Amino acid sequence: MSQLDSLNPQAIPAEDEALRSEVRSFLSEALKDVPAHIRARSWSGYDPAFSRKLGELGWLGITLPTEYGGGGRSAYARYVLVEEFLNSGAPVGSHWIADRQSGPLILKYGSEAQKRRYLPAICKGEAFFCIGMSEPGAGSDLASVRTRAVRHPSGWVLNGQKIWTTNAHHCHFMIALVRTSGEASDRHQGLSQLIVDLSLPGVTVRPITDLSGDSHFCEVFFDNVQLPEDALIGAEGAGWEQVTAELAFERSGPERLYSSIVLFDQWLDFVRTPAGHTPQAQRLAGKIISQLAPLRALSISITEKLTRGESPVVEAALVKDLGTGVEQLIPNAIADDLAGRLDAPIPLELLQTLNYVTQVAPSFSLRGGTRDILRGMIARGLGLR
Amino acid sequence: MDNLFADALGQWLADRCTPETIRALEKQPQPNHTLWTKLQTSGFADALVPEDQGGAGLTLAEAYPLVELCGQYAMPFPFAETMLGRAWLAQAQLPRPEGALALTHAIASPEGLCTGGVRGARLAQATLVAFDQQVRLLPLASARLEPDVFPLDARLHWKQADWDRAPTVGDLRELRTSLAALYAGLTAGALLHIFSRTLQYANERQQFGKPIGKFQAIQHQLSVMSEHVFAARMSAQLAFTDNGLTVDTLRTAIAKARTSEAALEVAALSHSIHGAIGFTAEYDLQLFTRRLNLWRQTAGSESYWHDQVGASALAHPGLSLDLIRQATDLTC
Repeated sequence: MSQLDSLNPQAIPAEDEALRSEVRSFLSEALKDVPAHIRARSWSGYDPAFSRKLGELGWLGITLPTEYGGGGRSAYARYVLVEEFLNSGAPVGSHWIADRQSGPLILKYGSEAQKRRYLPAICKGEAFFCIGMSEPGAGSDLASVRTRAVRHPSGWVLNGQKIWTTNAHHCHFMIALVRTSGEASDRHQGLSQLIVDLSLPGVTVRPITDLSGDSHFCEVFFDNVQLPEDALIGAEGAGWEQVTAELAFERSGPERLYSSIVLFDQWLDFVRTPAGHTPQAQRLAGKIISQLAPLRALSISITEKLTRGESPVVEAALVKDLGTGVEQLIPNAIADDLAGRLDAPIPLELLQTLNYVTQVAPSFSLRGGTRDILRGMIARGLGLR
Repeated sequence: MDNLFADALGQWLADRCTPETIRALEKQPQPNHTLWTKLQTSGFADALVPEDQGGAGLTLAEAYPLVELCGQYAMPFPFAETMLGRAWLAQAQLPRPEGALALTHAIASPEGLCTGGVRGARLAQATLVAFDQQVRLLPLASARLEPDVFPLDARLHWKQADWDRAPTVGDLRELRTSLAALYAGLTAGALLHIFSRTLQYANERQQFGKPIGKFQAIQHQLSVMSEHVFAARMSAQLAFTDNGLTVDTLRTAIAKARTSEAALEVAALSHSIHGAIGFTAEYDLQLFTRRLNLWRQTAGSESYWHDQVGASALAHPGLSLDLIRQATDLTC
């Protein structure tokens, strides 16, 4: 009927599963004094020293070839690592984008010189990347980007603006989708990807404070930024195809199930106490686990497709749309449960985590493609568009 | 996976388990209908019986596609139950009776024992009954049948003497869980059928000068439907990963809960997209959505199983991930 029929249970190979206990024991030691409402930030949490430590342990760029400093392992190995990071609430935001998509993108489309320059630094946790896709006039309609790079005798001159760029103020590089020929009306034609060194003159990064008070996304302005010839990654004009492949990496990971898991586990710990147990809470715990379990199996099935070199765009959209739904259900349902206990004291630490996750939950189904975009992609996969 | 076996059953059902046959049986249940007699002589009913006892020797994991197919074709006979029941009978070295087998648990009654609605009881000839810590084989002929809400189902009453003389099929106590796993698999099959039928309808039905599937609102409803269908199907597949005949309680609990949730969503979406035609007796959608509603209410609804999963979560300190892994990991 469709490619969705091939979403069957898959086993994580034993050699990759073996990573889990080592990572788990490292994380439980490293995070033992970090409160849950901080751990709940997870891949929005920024800690360059922590990222460098993971690099030393060989846990960054684990799917990249060893000749570029990577681990030479499969997508399953990364799945196990990332699942542990997210469930422990490790502050992985610094290297997250580089590890998840910029590294694989450079490996797939970069020149030999670009691979040698960037990949070893990514694997050491010394080169942090951000994604330059959205612009003030280009959100879901990504093909309408207006930021433009013009040929110049020594390379490119870049002018324009990106927005909602996660962690740009803490990153060394941006991989930007820009127009290198034609007009916005040319849509998918004339777009290219450029690696922008954010320390160059003419680049201005301005953090935007979100509704929770955090500043993790930014505006980035380019004013006659002089880029070298080899800032271009991949082929000129192939930006759309490349960015589509990049988004498959972005949407395929387990981070689309676990954004609220630190809150869920903290709440479960409370429900396990005599003061916290109610039949309603037990039922809710079962409902959430019953939704997460098949999603995890679907996510592993997508990982299996990645190991075969496929680009499971539609399957990833399906899991992301469902997964973010559960991620958003968790804070809403937990708030309903806790606030329904009028005569019982609720631990403040639990309410702090709930407050944080409730505030950021709307972003779960915005980042990496809104619900409506994802549902449109699924519909295309079903042959409706 | 024994795909040859599944392919053969799929073809067999496509040829014989037609909407006309289903309607005829719902109108007048006939335990000896040729749909059953031919199925029995074809050998499919002994798929889970060991080869040295004359069966195909499939494991539960290998039998999953067969159960799903029964759901995809709205098989009116309790064929999934019969496959499992015959394997249990073989395991207990008991003779396997002719006719379809229903599975049920019973409670004590003034005259002996009684059941709630037993799925397919009007088409079965015998029942495996869990009562008083045992599972025994009771013929339908000795039961008093009372109507239940679905035309193929009945409530059953036996006298204590009937129970006392019935052969024990072993000390099996997992009948309730096994039945839940079977209905999760059947529901997954019905979900697949309804999804593909609704997709096809959206591509064919013209309104405002184009197929309704070209409208974004309909596209998004179908996308949401696909999400429920494939998440539910995955949960059902995970309940059937055993290389023997035993279903895992946690996986089954998740599967029955998730497929029941999906049943509700998918039935509603399919009717919404089909409009009035889907609401008619004549159109075949009802053969499947009526079953989704029935099967959601069979062997425990989502809340019953959520409670069970929740109990596991509370008894399992540490990261919930570890319980989720236990419910999803396959061994290589």
